[in-house]
Amino acid sequence: MRNMIIAALGVLLISVPLAAHHGAAALDTGKEITLKGAVTEWIWSNPHCFLQFDAKDDTGTVRNWAVETQNPTTMTQRGFSRTLFKAGDEVTVILEPVKNGQPIGRMLTIVLANGQKLVAAPPTTPENAPYKPQ
Amino acid sequence: MRPHRVVFIAASVAVFAAALPNAQMKPWNNAGLSEPPSGPSGPAPRRDLSGTWDAGRDGIQPTGHIAAPFTPLGEQMAKANHPGNGTRIVQVTDDNDPLSTMGDPTGFPRIVLYELRPFQIVQTSNQVLILYMFEKRWRVIWTDGRALPTNPDPRWYGYSVGRWVDDSTLVVNSVGTDDRTWLDNAGNPHSNNLRVEERYHRVNQRTMELTVTLDDPVVYTKPWMPVDKMRIDLMPNGSDLMEMIPSASEAAAYRRVIASQAKTK
Repeated sequence: MRNMIIAALGVLLISVPLAAHHGAAALDTGKEITLKGAVTEWIWSNPHCFLQFDAKDDTGTVRNWAVETQNPTTMTQRGFSRTLFKAGDEVTVILEPVKNGQPIGRMLTIVLANGQKLVAAPPTTPENAPYKPQ
Repeated sequence: MRPHRVVFIAASVAVFAAALPNAQMKPWNNAGLSEPPSGPSGPAPRRDLSGTWDAGRDGIQPTGHIAAPFTPLGEQMAKANHPGNGTRIVQVTDDNDPLSTMGDPTGFPRIVLYELRPFQIVQTSNQVLILYMFEKRWRVIWTDGRALPTNPDPRWYGYSVGRWVDDSTLVVNSVGTDDRTWLDNAGNPHSNNLRVEERYHRVNQRTMELTVTLDDPVVYTKPWMPVDKMRIDLMPNGSDLMEMIPSASEAAAYRRVIASQAKTK
């Protein structure tokens, strides 16, 4: 039993999200948007990877969205890879948008064309975004 | 162990395991995961830090550190730094972190105080080499008894010498660090006169502790200790680490696509 507990705690420890290089003040925390669209580019880079995709909003207007994730190291642990997406792939993205209305945000979850669901990040909470802009 | 606690732990494991399909040690391209220990550790080998080490989430300090009080000059230097995190956070659009916005080298001691991702230590007869996963950068710590240089030309990674103070503790002293680098993710500055002491204490075969003390009387009114006995675990033999290199072109792409459009009023 002791070994099981140690193993469980080990998994929990490596699963703790690693915070970003910047704070989350620009995000409309707690708000979630679900968009279905087509990938235009997947940038696998530091300090953040980001996905660009075309999606229609409520008014039918197509906008090119850009949603950031964590760095490649952390995203690898979450099942992502440099070659996961190619242009034209159909995806459903659940994201946390920025406050200013631009088509920018942070990816929370993505569903791939084959139905595979990947968790990119937990929603921002006061606990994991402790700092406010001055 | 109470039954409900066992159920909670098992459920937590299942949830996280489902969310993290690749979270296990791999022979290639490992992101840095030390395995849970099994059985008691052996004793620390004598004067030997060789191996690949992982401080886990403790090694990554996104919000930086609460520093010692600034001198008047230090206060002025801190105002010029606009960090993307920490107590003096600015909007991501206004962030001027030389590492994440321009792809400058992390530098020392920030490599230890911000992104201490897994690293490998190699010992030779007169050096200790630290090979960092972050930036795929290395440091040379001379252990041949030489003195630190006086009035050195500043370097991104400074000048370091080390000595064994007992059979399990290596003390590393460094000078000559370049003041263009920040100390941490909170934008704490330093001068070229910064002196750093790192104390690597191997507790047993698979664990060591790191303590870091900074002394920079130009910027801070007293020495301070941003890292105090940070636990670092030995990774399995054969761990091949990922590249984690913040490049200038990638930093520029992030600013163009994301950061430049994210500003709030």
